[in-house]
Amino acid sequence: MTESPSTDPAAAPRDGPALDSASVDPSEIAKFQALADGWWDPNGKMRPLHRLNPVRLAYIRDRVAAHFGRDPKADRPLAGLRLLDIGCGGGLLSEPMARLGAIVVGVDAAERSIAIARHHAGISGLEIDYRATTAEALAEAGERFDIVLNTEVIEHVADPETFLGTTLELLNPGGAMVLSTINRTAKAFALAIVGAEYVLGWLPRGTHDWRRFLRPSEIATILRKRGARFSDLVGVSYNPIADQWRIGRDLDVNYMAFIPAPARHG
Amino acid sequence: MNAATPREEALDIVIAGGGMVGMTLGCGLADAGFRVALIDALPAAARTATRHDGRSSAIAEGSKRVLEGLGLWAAMAPEACPILDIRVSDARIGEPASSLFLHYDHRELAQDGEAAPPLGYIVENRVIREALVAAVQARPSLRHLAPASVTGFAAKPGRAEVELADGSRLAARLAIAADGRDSPLRTASGIRLAAWDYPQTGIVCTIAHELPHENVAHEHFLPSGPFAVLPMTDDAEGRHRSSIVWTERRERTAAILALEDAAFSAEMQRRFGMSLGRIALLGGRWAHPLRLQHAERYSCPRLALVGDAAHAIHPIAGQGLNLGLRDVAALAEALVDAKRLGLDIGEGEPLLCYERWRRVDNLLLMAATDLLNRLFSNDFAPVRLVRDLGLAAVNRAVPLKRTLMRHAMGLSGDMPRLARGEKL
Repeated sequence: MTESPSTDPAAAPRDGPALDSASVDPSEIAKFQALADGWWDPNGKMRPLHRLNPVRLAYIRDRVAAHFGRDPKADRPLAGLRLLDIGCGGGLLSEPMARLGAIVVGVDAAERSIAIARHHAGISGLEIDYRATTAEALAEAGERFDIVLNTEVIEHVADPETFLGTTLELLNPGGAMVLSTINRTAKAFALAIVGAEYVLGWLPRGTHDWRRFLRPSEIATILRKRGARFSDLVGVSYNPIADQWRIGRDLDVNYMAFIPAPARHG
Repeated sequence: MNAATPREEALDIVIAGGGMVGMTLGCGLADAGFRVALIDALPAAARTATRHDGRSSAIAEGSKRVLEGLGLWAAMAPEACPILDIRVSDARIGEPASSLFLHYDHRELAQDGEAAPPLGYIVENRVIREALVAAVQARPSLRHLAPASVTGFAAKPGRAEVELADGSRLAARLAIAADGRDSPLRTASGIRLAAWDYPQTGIVCTIAHELPHENVAHEHFLPSGPFAVLPMTDDAEGRHRSSIVWTERRERTAAILALEDAAFSAEMQRRFGMSLGRIALLGGRWAHPLRLQHAERYSCPRLALVGDAAHAIHPIAGQGLNLGLRDVAALAEALVDAKRLGLDIGEGEPLLCYERWRRVDNLLLMAATDLLNRLFSNDFAPVRLVRDLGLAAVNRAVPLKRTLMRHAMGLSGDMPRLARGEKL
């Protein structure tokens, strides 16, 4: 199709994303832009997460597509699936999930993260329902999802057993959860705390408390009590020389699991 | 009430440059489901006019696979002349070629009873452009804006904005500069360039010759620079044809171009002998100043550079378009993979992945072609002796030769899926 630009209405200046809306205070916009830049700068302080993201996304997409019988290479393989991203932060997982077709609810207890995430979704032109709330509040309100992303949260909660139970309740029958966390091993202590927080300075010191890390077997035990299980369990390891993350069999530090919704009785 | 305006910009990708690299990339990305606009400074008809570009291109086997994978090769294939042998020799004007020469024979690449592919193909740029223009026009999802020129670029949050000469602006997730070595889009982005002029000009023309070329490409290393005779398909009247790439010292170029056709042909014949019988000039002659240049980066937020906009090399090894097509295959793959993961295609990982992937390969070839040119555009006796012995040694070292051949064919290293003959 050949067109001359002078006759092409689409070539005219386009309105930007809703940045110029009169209802928004420009100083607030500037503030959130700076914060969002911090979250979303691939070479900024979230760089490790940006490097990790393609690996996590591929895992989530492939497992979810297989579970729901979709083609992972299709244009929008998650089309129509209702997805919850717990601890969504600035939206690094929520936005890709929305682009893959999912109807996304992103929750984070931190108001500021939600404000950043909303701002950035506007820039990206994506409809995402971000809420400053918790998994518990959603469960109480009776919300249900086809997919729950439970990534890098469980190692921060006071009562992981109750938390995991709550997040399972959020699943629709036939749904599934993707869980990722850090193992409680000497190697995880060395890499995730000493390495990431003290040596590399990727994360603020005190981000992780080693005693709260859970072994896969401990999570499996909690799941079993609720009639659920891992249908897949993989390690995610980092090669500092290649500066690359990859999925493998080494579960000693980071691991990801796929958990189909338990069959409900009665 | 009007229909709601879509919240996403209507475009994913805007490509500046309607040359061979830009059109190939545009078709590939449109087929992969991206909403693409292709901006060309020239109208489509000018792109395929015979007088626009009299050059031919060497399409390496790897590049052929890229074009094949994108469904673009079939339209060029009937006019693509396979290269079965390459003979490299050291020569002086008016003297027979040195008896020490390097001979690349495609049969040395045969494996496990499988027939070896040709070393590459010579195709007229006009033929490539005609096929690509038709392909662009056959894709309704690919918006072709021509003639239109890029005058400005800005990376805004979430989008690239490209300004056109008529004052209009296009917004997309990503802008791609495929607008040649003097890329206006690259210039507008502020990405800097390292560049050196060679004291040489490439004189290009097509000849008809009495005897068939037997699908052999010749490269004669003359003191003024390499002189290549590249096999083409016969023309409609059944005349045997070859494409000439004659590298000459810049200060002599004007005088050579001013020669009458007969004298010009005689000058050519002095340089490559009578092996093809009598020759006659077909059509025009073109002169291209030669330059080595490399962009300091291949990407910045919301922009990627491909082809000559990123790198221009000496034509000595016939690799310029091939590097561009490898860029196309690598960038298309990085963007398709990013799209399938739901990532923003305009910044971060996808662009960094492309840059990491292509920069080393391109630098390697730039260095190799530059070295070759320095080594061979030289009449100093000891240098001649050493390089002749070197050619002869390489000629006898079959494994080394095979490696060099595979590299030149674009079949080595970390190949993009398209270059491996797979789908995007």
